Amino acid sequence: MPVVHIATVVPISITVGANRIVPAIAIPHPLGDPKMDKVEEKLVRREMVVKALNTLTTEISEQTVF
Amino acid sequence: MKLEVGNIHVKELAFGNESALSGHRVEIDKEALTGFIREIDHRITEVKLDIALPGEATRIMPVKDVIEPRVKVEGKGSIFPGRNAGENDIVGEGRTHVLKGMTVMTTGKVVGFQEGIIDMSGPGAEYTPFSSTLNLVITCEVDEACNQYDHEQILRTVGLETARKVGELAKTATADETKTYETLPTLQQAAQYPDLPKVGYVYMLQSQGLLHDTYLYGVDVKNIVPTILYPTEVMDGAIFSGNCVSACDKNPSLVHQNSPVIHELYEQHGKKYNFMGVIVTNENVTLADKERSSNWVAKLAVQQGWDAAVVSEEGFGNPDADLVMNCNKLEAAGIKTVLLTDEYAGNQGESQSLADSTPKGDAVISNGNANMIISLPAMERLIGHDTYVDMIAGGTEGSLRADGSISIEIQAITGATNELGFHNLTARQG
Amino acid sequence: MRILHYINQFFGQKGGEEAANHPIELVEGPVGPGGALNNLLGDKAEIVNTIICGDSYFNENEGVAVMGIKEIIEQVKPDLIVAGPAFNAGRYGVACGRVGKLAAEMGITCISGMYPENPGYDLYKQTAYMVETKNSAADMRKALPNMAALISAFIEKEGKLGMPAEDGYMPRDLRVNMFAEKRGAARAVDMLIAKLAGEEFTTEYPMPVFDNVAPFAALKSLKDAKIALVTSGGVVPKGNPDHIESSSAQKYGEYSIEGIFDLTEETHETAHGGYDPVKCNENSDVVLPVDVLRDLEKEGVIGSLHNMFYTTVGNGTSVSNSKKFGAEIAQKLLDAGVSAAILTST
Repeated sequence: MPVVHIATVVPISITVGANRIVPAIAIPHPLGDPKMDKVEEKLVRREMVVKALNTLTTEISEQTVF
Repeated sequence: MKLEVGNIHVKELAFGNESALSGHRVEIDKEALTGFIREIDHRITEVKLDIALPGEATRIMPVKDVIEPRVKVEGKGSIFPGRNAGENDIVGEGRTHVLKGMTVMTTGKVVGFQEGIIDMSGPGAEYTPFSSTLNLVITCEVDEACNQYDHEQILRTVGLETARKVGELAKTATADETKTYETLPTLQQAAQYPDLPKVGYVYMLQSQGLLHDTYLYGVDVKNIVPTILYPTEVMDGAIFSGNCVSACDKNPSLVHQNSPVIHELYEQHGKKYNFMGVIVTNENVTLADKERSSNWVAKLAVQQGWDAAVVSEEGFGNPDADLVMNCNKLEAAGIKTVLLTDEYAGNQGESQSLADSTPKGDAVISNGNANMIISLPAMERLIGHDTYVDMIAGGTEGSLRADGSISIEIQAITGATNELGFHNLTARQG
Repeated sequence: MRILHYINQFFGQKGGEEAANHPIELVEGPVGPGGALNNLLGDKAEIVNTIICGDSYFNENEGVAVMGIKEIIEQVKPDLIVAGPAFNAGRYGVACGRVGKLAAEMGITCISGMYPENPGYDLYKQTAYMVETKNSAADMRKALPNMAALISAFIEKEGKLGMPAEDGYMPRDLRVNMFAEKRGAARAVDMLIAKLAGEEFTTEYPMPVFDNVAPFAALKSLKDAKIALVTSGGVVPKGNPDHIESSSAQKYGEYSIEGIFDLTEETHETAHGGYDPVKCNENSDVVLPVDVLRDLEKEGVIGSLHNMFYTTVGNGTSVSNSKKFGAEIAQKLLDAGVSAAILTST
């Protein structure tokens, strides 16, 4: 089963061996930003999730940060 | 910058009719000090003062901060500078008096996942450096209308202000011992010992939000870029704590005031190496901040001409990535590193201990495995609240038993695996 | 001190390979090497019972054997379990190691002895104290006094054995807490001086190496894929019903999001103690993006969102616990026919 890791601290994700990696916004709110208004924040979250989903249909041969 | 630190050894702490220092005895006027604390913030609803002494069957929890009473005797500024208007002088020069051997501790209802257990006797006492000090404990509660940030800030201010107030008792006292620490401006310091290798200290500070914050001259360090300090500034309280979650490896203010690596580096200064100074940096929650701060650390260390550095972490998990970045970037710049950390190796010590890793980290000091489970017997007296045991970091469902005893990871004990190397616990391959 | 001794059919004098299917037998007092060990221990300890079990029997019926031995331990209530020595006998070493693991789970210490290359050592070194022996029973004359010395140390130190070299057992690959003579900061400066001078020094913690796995083949399409959400950010239904720990998690949670289109302050929060929880407590979608995945499900971008999500707290949680949770969660997702997973971390 392919897995995508959405993580803020990408170097840790690489060290621990995740293969598909999508960088996140910040540790306490990887898929959001308290400074944004709610509508905008949800749009950003959607973009990140779509990006993450697209990694799942992308063949890779080694650890890849998208 | 030159600072004389005069220690007055406190051997007795008691409540009395008047707050006073006489010889080695500190007396506290309970009523007057309670009134002083209540005046600090109108949202304070309850203040209780207790004294906890070594050897007593006393448990204090959840402990928020531990602070050492100090006072400026000569030189500019005040202890814990930068918080109030008119208190923005640079500290670290002149003379400071310390009530050595006593502390001011803060406790109260839980602010978040707040913890910090201090047992004054029994098996837990061995794991905290504060079971051997005379502790003036403030239990402070606030108005329920306060949000978590306000609550934390009020308790933080209460601790710092009370320690300062108590510290004033030492202003005119005669010190039992005086130690002098001096670091010259960079060019002069480099010239003082031209043949010795230049070393410095990279002081990583927790800066991840509520109950994970640290302050530098009153500035929340998540908002700084790394900067340079004279080591003596720290002794006057330039760095103070707003954090306590996973109490084993968060630095109470007292540990900053007595910053162990700074004091140990002064020991061989001018003999084995030339101790140039301190770079303070943060451990922020975004990758961009982590990259920027570690780049600045390496840049400043090169700019200062360092040959080697001691790097200490605060906390664990994602800050392991900051530690690794600092190590890699310093080593890449030709600066040798020694790292201080602690471990999360599992209850039995069965797994690897860090979240990030680097082959460059070949010189590591371990301050112990925080996941080790300890059994703490019930105590006769409880200061604070023990109802949170199951939910604090290191606790689990059923940690607090019906008889008042506790089974918990040493993670919950204040200072158990302090990563500034304040204590003696370590872990080895066995 | 009362000792229960585990030995195989050969040392139990039941026969060689032809008796390897000998089932579990409990006898009183010491048998075979147990006699000599008992003599070496003198008044300090006594082997009260011996378990004799065939090597093939144990390894081919491990579950049954472990259950039987567990019952015996409960009945005998020994203070200490001794297993072997097994030298380089592979099945015997594995059995001794497994008995050690069982003992550890029951809160009883096990002391064994074997050759370092015996697979029983590598498999079970973390749950027993094992004395190093040579690779054949010819070493019995040395192995037994070494085991007796370790048992004596165990008794004298009231169960708190020192480091491997000090008390004579093989490294257990465990991180063991101890109090050093000098504090950490002083040791750091000593190490710095040594490193600067190019002198030898020993790191107190060799940096870890993590496992890697090959990337899994990509999905052909998202339109018919069932996507699951997994997080180490501690998102739980409000009130944290399973009491997942705020740090050093001992468990993970499995929660339904059937009929849930948005995580709100009223429904979800975080149990994680390692980051500022305020934002996640207001809107847990910022850690576990249920809201947008429900939208994408409705729009047909993905086939479906799996109706269960899996969650734990990454804060201070050991790699060993994480591995265990990961394996169980992965199996559950496979069993549920999930096509791919999104893992979010804080």
